[in-house]
Amino acid sequence: MTWEPRPLPSVTPETAPYWEATADDQLLLCHCTACDLTYYYPRSRCPDCLSDAVEWQEAAGTGVVYSHTATELVSEWPEEALPVVVAYVELDEGPRVLTNLVDCDPADVAVGAPVEVTFVETGADLSIPVFELRE
Amino acid sequence: MTRDQTAYIAGAYEHPTREAPDKSIAQLHADAAAGALADAGLPSGAVDGYFTAGENYQVGRYPPLAMADYLGLDVSYFDSTDDGGSAYVNHVGEAASAVARGKCDVALVTLAGRMRTYEPDPPEHGDRIMQENFEEVYGGETLPLYALAARRHMHEYGTTSEQLAEVRVAASQHAQYNEHAMYREPVTVEEVVESRTVADPLHLLDCCVVSDGAGAFVVVSDEVRRGIDRETVEILGHGVAVDHHDAGRIDLTTTAAERSGPRAFAEAGLDPADVDYASVYDSFTITVLQTLEDLGFCEKGRGGEFVDGGTLQAPDGELPFNTDGGGLCSNHPDRGGMTKVIEAVRQLRGEANPEVQVPDAEVALAHGTGGYLGTRHAGSTALLGRVGR
Repeated sequence: MTWEPRPLPSVTPETAPYWEATADDQLLLCHCTACDLTYYYPRSRCPDCLSDAVEWQEAAGTGVVYSHTATELVSEWPEEALPVVVAYVELDEGPRVLTNLVDCDPADVAVGAPVEVTFVETGADLSIPVFELRE
Repeated sequence: MTRDQTAYIAGAYEHPTREAPDKSIAQLHADAAAGALADAGLPSGAVDGYFTAGENYQVGRYPPLAMADYLGLDVSYFDSTDDGGSAYVNHVGEAASAVARGKCDVALVTLAGRMRTYEPDPPEHGDRIMQENFEEVYGGETLPLYALAARRHMHEYGTTSEQLAEVRVAASQHAQYNEHAMYREPVTVEEVVESRTVADPLHLLDCCVVSDGAGAFVVVSDEVRRGIDRETVEILGHGVAVDHHDAGRIDLTTTAAERSGPRAFAEAGLDPADVDYASVYDSFTITVLQTLEDLGFCEKGRGGEFVDGGTLQAPDGELPFNTDGGGLCSNHPDRGGMTKVIEAVRQLRGEANPEVQVPDAEVALAHGTGGYLGTRHAGSTALLGRVGR
């Protein structure tokens, strides 16, 4: 599958390392060295303590489904991209990330199902991290 | 003698339109302002405070200033806190605070939206909405962001689609008496769960209407209240809270009402058991169910059982809610918080539709939920009381 014509993220200096890593099939989280919090989405200061002593940490890329929905309507998305399974995945590192589940029958998705990250190429210099069901 | 710092709602008005392709948004604001001031029996020259929210980006740059200009207001206090649909419930508290501090005596609050017939250009997709870059790429918009909350609530607590449907059924029972409601036909649980699935587990009839509309209310000081004939409603307490990603610890089964509610009840010196009527934000049925739990009307996780069997149906249910038909059946003009306040005022004045008027309603609650249960939202709770109750 390809990503476009679905929307691409706009990359800012603050989030560039995150998106650049996706081109190498890496999913990055932020880790605060001041309070030891691992968090998502990426920000330059820790949302728990506002320290800027934050480093990038590669996620294992595995987790479980926290919640999911097969959505029939998304504004301005092409029909061929729908329905799309929108989900929260709880990563092994802790954070719950909003994402899509791909290459699956929505009827097979369940809360608690194990998943792993995969990356959809976009034609741009970044890929979109999504998840698929793990056997 | 110290000044009485209590604030009152002296006028309220809901525009009857649900489709207004020929009206500008500023014009709808003005129609609503005129209606609320006429209801209070106050001239527009008496207004010295003004509150409005961000839907006004559709009327021009610097929204509160643009609207103050259009309405010809000379104000000593104005503000435009914007947290989406809950903003107008927020403005109840903000206007009351401004009145208590002597910053103004007659505060006007207005809303207008043309969600049905006008699609403004969306804001630029860029740094300004930074976190949305991690949401929009996944289709993370309103509908799925509420469906995710519903799914998780079902998983943790066994809530069913039929229980969610009870919320719509109650709203539709009320809407049949509201001549301005978009959907007046009562529906059954079966009709709700058999309506088209739009984002499972949510069905089409779990979702609110899309309407054009406008509304306004007027908050006044005790001194002004004493000079007017109209029955006023006392602002007893108010609380706000925000819920968000929380660094990745987001809990989809709870809402900001869990904290805004207790804050409002504490300020009012009341408990949920004291509430005779509740206006509860109803963007979706799940919004109502979670909010009722979080406000303390039932135990957490028991919302499904609570709403079963007509609990929410006026006039005889245990907790009559949204007696105008709510956002689910009557009106949701871009944001739903305004009509929550207006129907609470109608109930306390005894001016709801007679078939759904709660007998001797003395204490009403209005709760707004702005934003998305699935990412970040605000909760705003206002407690209102009949004067001299």
